[in-house]
Amino acid sequence: MRQFKSMAYPYIVWIAAMIVVPMLMILMYAFTVKGNDVTTFRFAFENFGRFFSDAIFVEVLKRSLFIAVVTTIICIILGYPAAYIIAQVQGKKKMILVLLITLPMWINMLVRTYAWMGILQDDGILSTILSFFGIEVKMLHTSFAVILGMVYNFIPFMILQIHTSLTKMDKSLIEAASDLGADRLQCFLRVTLPLSLPGVISGITLVFLPAVSSFFIPKLLGGGQFVLIGNVIESQFLTSGNWNFGSAISLIMAVIIMISMYITKKVDKGEHMEGGRFN
Amino acid sequence: MNKKTGIFSKIYIFIIMAFFYIPIIYTVIFSFNSSRSLTHFEGFSLQWYEKMFNDSTMMQAVFYTIAIAVLATVISTIVGTITAIGLSKSNRIVKIVVEQINSLPIMNPEIVTAIGLLMLFSTLAVKKGFMTMLLAHIMFCIPYVILSIMPKLRSLDPNLADAALDLGATPWQALTKVIVPQIMPGIVSGALIAFTMSFDDFVISYFVTGNGVNNISIMVYTMSKRINPSINALSTIIILIITVVLILINVIPIIKDKKMKKENERI
Repeated sequence: MRQFKSMAYPYIVWIAAMIVVPMLMILMYAFTVKGNDVTTFRFAFENFGRFFSDAIFVEVLKRSLFIAVVTTIICIILGYPAAYIIAQVQGKKKMILVLLITLPMWINMLVRTYAWMGILQDDGILSTILSFFGIEVKMLHTSFAVILGMVYNFIPFMILQIHTSLTKMDKSLIEAASDLGADRLQCFLRVTLPLSLPGVISGITLVFLPAVSSFFIPKLLGGGQFVLIGNVIESQFLTSGNWNFGSAISLIMAVIIMISMYITKKVDKGEHMEGGRFN
Repeated sequence: MNKKTGIFSKIYIFIIMAFFYIPIIYTVIFSFNSSRSLTHFEGFSLQWYEKMFNDSTMMQAVFYTIAIAVLATVISTIVGTITAIGLSKSNRIVKIVVEQINSLPIMNPEIVTAIGLLMLFSTLAVKKGFMTMLLAHIMFCIPYVILSIMPKLRSLDPNLADAALDLGATPWQALTKVIVPQIMPGIVSGALIAFTMSFDDFVISYFVTGNGVNNISIMVYTMSKRINPSINALSTIIILIITVVLILINVIPIIKDKKMKKENERI
């Protein structure tokens, strides 16, 4: 049996080269400043200093976080009821509903985002409908369009995660609660909601992470002027070729994501403890 | 559930589904538009399909997308399967370390993986294009394959392979005749995930490609600056294929079940 062990060795070499080395390169470039050649690299925090001392970059960071947080909240508010309803349905109907939610996810994200460009255009279908009601608003190239695009692309993840945790839940707990005199609202707030929180948490991870780092949704739906942190990283690498600064920004982004994930998990645990106290 | 909430639920699900499908339906409708407009439907025509098939950059992008997806799926499924089996027999520390590093490309934002690879390829002076894109796709596909095979290996009886070896099977036979058939469902779902991840990838491909090698995502991204209804035509074809495949995948087991039941009844 032991002889099979060596089958993992080639992949260990591969991940060292393709995963570990690139990560180390990001770290190295982030903490160094550009010299004339490799030997003149020196350790420095200048890239980070430049980012946080420039009002434009701080503004971009704030905007990215704001958009990602709003997107995540909307995904929870709209996604939870949908997941809850689908979890109640049984049999073939349930299978069809889950299939209908997964189907768009299989279609290329850019293709789906591109479709919104036509819908949101100034003389597009949505503004034509709205103008019947006397509402004249510009939709494409606004934060609204960007958030809409993000919610559209990422909400299926939220629904599926919550749905999974709801279906895994032990249904007899709800019966027990209602036998013990809880009404439907109490059943939901005290039993269903706390038990489905792990699903919400993993949903948040799956929505917040791509939302904060996305750069084609703001480019397509926000227009050239709408810059999020992903767009800054893109331009540092593909336009101005400043690897050091670009690496530093992506490191800042990665740290922010890690911190938000940590807080989310902490909040989750805190709520469980609170639930414990009530019980 | 009482009737009142039932109606509310139905309306709510209907609105959510409308939200999901309006852009898709919109794309399909406007792929048949006779004018360039993405806002006014002026008549039925197939001209955008014709233009699409005559557009060499589009056809090339389709070719590269499929070629890379197929190659990346085959390679990452084979490597992933071999690695997963190897890992399941490795000692705990090796297993934990490899699994942790393996999950990095899944946990990291895509753009971080993308710039890492971009810097790696540029530093090694690898010519950017088909090769770099393929290597990058293999890199982010293998973790998904391993992740979908590992649970199957964990639930596998470790004595099975030993029994095969004791009964005179060569290690190769033990592997191909005993272990692999047992973990086949994991391999298949891993391959499916790998294929769709590769087929849909934009961010990583965008950063590591060069020399005019584009996939469908990159093409849509670069073309979207100007209106091009051929994109709608291409999208419609993709939507059609995916819908048919997904329906088949979901319906075939049901039909098989029914046939089995019928046959069982006959017996």
